[in-house]
Amino acid sequence: MAVKTLEQTTNEILGLAAEHFRVPREQLAAGDDFYKKLKIDSLQALELLTRLENHFGVELPDYEVAGVTDFRTLAGRIQARL
Amino acid sequence: MTGHQGKSISWQMKDGVLELALHRAPCNEVGTAMLEELEGFITALSAAEGNASALIIYSQRPAGFSSGADLRELYAGALLKTAAERTTLVRAFLERTHHVLNVLDSSPLTTIAAVHGVTFGGGFELALACDLIVADKMSRFCFPELRLGLIPGFGGIPRLKRDLGNAMVRDLLLTGRSINASKALAAGLVSQVTGEGEALRVARSVAAQVGKFDRMASAAAKRFLKPIPREELRREISLFCELFMRPAVMEGLRRFVESTDTHPYLP
Repeated sequence: MAVKTLEQTTNEILGLAAEHFRVPREQLAAGDDFYKKLKIDSLQALELLTRLENHFGVELPDYEVAGVTDFRTLAGRIQARL
Repeated sequence: MTGHQGKSISWQMKDGVLELALHRAPCNEVGTAMLEELEGFITALSAAEGNASALIIYSQRPAGFSSGADLRELYAGALLKTAAERTTLVRAFLERTHHVLNVLDSSPLTTIAAVHGVTFGGGFELALACDLIVADKMSRFCFPELRLGLIPGFGGIPRLKRDLGNAMVRDLLLTGRSINASKALAAGLVSQVTGEGEALRVARSVAAQVGKFDRMASAAAKRFLKPIPREELRREISLFCELFMRPAVMEGLRRFVESTDTHPYLP
């Protein structure tokens, strides 16, 4: 399987976030603060983390994503584990 | 026994399977009120032993199985007390909680935790007292106690050590990180991972299966496979109390209670 680019990973995250948090995909951008844009709290952020782990088949330890608030940086963390 | 409807928990018996539902908002925090109801439940559990083959514990709260001990209540109860008074208070609470979990752990029934979402701290420890954990794919397991300057206090370390390899035990405890259901399955912590919203249905299927077997044989197998680590459990209470005396713990609890952080549940 071909290695995903950062852009592909970011787009998949945006699609997944849009679908599960019911936000139109076109309203989400890579640099957005996902807490603000998705209007999610810490428990929902944990749910997003679990969905991403399940979707990409990776482990994302909390301490590696602590402080991450935008989709692009999150994609970078995932990319490092693909 | 047919059933009971409480404020934090409810239970009912159906077709030889006892089902215990946790439903205290927001996410089944274990405080004194829930503990009192759990104490009532274990009395009912003992009375039901002749009529039931399995027990399922599940949550009716959307956020998850349980986020663990009620830290807000713990902090409020400990405020304005001396270190010695705080320790006496917490030791009494832990002794009672351990009694409940030890009865559950050693019940002759086959016990199944059907978990989803947040399964943290004391909630994780409740699941660990069960024989089998059936986990929704969106479950998350974590021991965040070290961030408060504590260790798990409801029997988490001895039961984890009993069930898992040391590398995983150390990873969970020392990093305080959370793991998902797939990781928990790979580690041997859970027996099955289900689709979203399917954990209770699968747990009922497991309960129906275990109900086919001779109860005496199942109970004997359980005693053989799952000894209660009593000495370590006692030591855990002492170590928890020793750590709880420190001012740093009250400061950690205060930070948690007063936090407006967006990640209060994350280590």
